[in-house]
Amino acid sequence: MKTTLTVNGQLRHLDADPRTTLLDALRNHLNLTGSKKGCDHGQCGACTVIVNGRRINSCLSLACMHDSDEVVTIEGIGTPEHLSALQQAFVSHDGFQCGFCTPGQICSATAMLDEVEAGWPSHVSADVTAKQDLTVEEISERMSGNLCRCSAYPNIVDAIMDVAGSAKR
Amino acid sequence: MNPFEYTRAASRHEAATMAAGGATVIAGGTNLLDLMKLEVMTPERLVDISRLDMDDIETTADGGLRIGAMVRNSDLAAHEIVRSTYPVLSRALLAGASGQLRNKASTGGNLLQRTRCYYFYDTAMPCNKREPGSGCQAIGGATRLHAIFGASDHCIATHPSDMAVALQALDAKVEIENATGDIRTVELESFYRLPGNTPHIETELKPGDLITAVIIPPAKGSRQTYRKVRDRASYAFALVSVAGVIEMSDGKIAHASLAFGGVAHKPWRNAEIEQMLLGEAPSQDLFRRVADTLLRNAEAQGDNAFKIKLLHRTLCAVLTELTEG
Repeated sequence: MKTTLTVNGQLRHLDADPRTTLLDALRNHLNLTGSKKGCDHGQCGACTVIVNGRRINSCLSLACMHDSDEVVTIEGIGTPEHLSALQQAFVSHDGFQCGFCTPGQICSATAMLDEVEAGWPSHVSADVTAKQDLTVEEISERMSGNLCRCSAYPNIVDAIMDVAGSAKR
Repeated sequence: MNPFEYTRAASRHEAATMAAGGATVIAGGTNLLDLMKLEVMTPERLVDISRLDMDDIETTADGGLRIGAMVRNSDLAAHEIVRSTYPVLSRALLAGASGQLRNKASTGGNLLQRTRCYYFYDTAMPCNKREPGSGCQAIGGATRLHAIFGASDHCIATHPSDMAVALQALDAKVEIENATGDIRTVELESFYRLPGNTPHIETELKPGDLITAVIIPPAKGSRQTYRKVRDRASYAFALVSVAGVIEMSDGKIAHASLAFGGVAHKPWRNAEIEQMLLGEAPSQDLFRRVADTLLRNAEAQGDNAFKIKLLHRTLCAVLTELTEG
């Protein structure tokens, strides 16, 4: 099955079995191993990537369904020399222990901040018609699709809060 | 995952024709692909409808809303009219899944997601829903998630959707197009079936039927909420949930629609209790009688006996919240 994706700004061609998930395509066919396979069932969020500006679980999506889509993975968010603001904040706030969930956490948080900017409410918003301030409770709810088995949650929330507060990403 | 042939449908007609020939429709895929990985579902052909032009939300001539089948759960929850006029729907959507899943899951697919019954998911177990006639291991087994209403000797599974519960309280209809291009609408109430002795037949959809939209009439009440009780604060299925739409007039209840999730094979509704509330002044005594009536015919399945009390309390809490002030 021939599929063309734009991954981190580059046109990439793929010829894979239709069963290939977007996650497996990124990791095994395009050698972008930053996105992680945790549960492979959409429960842990380690595979989170940004497709056409939206965060999704790449393990629960077929690569062939993404022909001509734009994909951003952790490799496209920053480099060791040029970290994104969220990546720097995760380092500064010690937002991880083992680091396995971190690429998914950062991709998820990057797109989540855009959702907040667009005025999307959440389950914990008192008023679904109003624009929400990003409180600890709001961040925890909006990031609930990303599990961290080391339970670095307080520092992950601090890192996101830091970047949301400074309004630079 | 078993091998399959993949086709991206160029039109609704092509999708419906392929589905009539036995292909399985894929939209967001968040539930279907999970089930395919576990080989609970093993379609030989997939027809992808995700690029079809069915992702608009439009107001209808009578002041209601027509939601295209491919509208993503996150877009529906964030839609301005939904947030202001149908907040019960926004709330239900936001109570379900995670941000990532809501970005992918579609309106039609959410309606058609399968039960999360552990035995349905475990291919080593018999399951009348997965393999008709093989038996039900949930009966007498682990039943924390299972039904207290409308179950049968063949199946005690629950429908997992939050969105569908809110749509039920809003009197939604499902718009369906078949392979010959005929379009019909079915009330959500009759769209879903109880398990009976055919738990593998979950809806009124026939082979080749494609959900094209969900239509909701103008809201009959401005006081709306969705309360979901679950084992953790976020990203879990409902143990019980209540969708409520209430209108008050001169201190009396002028309209009440209530739907319940996590308790039956379909979003549960009870016309008798809605009737009991009409024209009455709100009181805890009234709410208790209403909840007693709702739960009069509830049947526990072992582990899930707690749901009877839990739903009673949750309903009273929702009615209190929606009739105050």
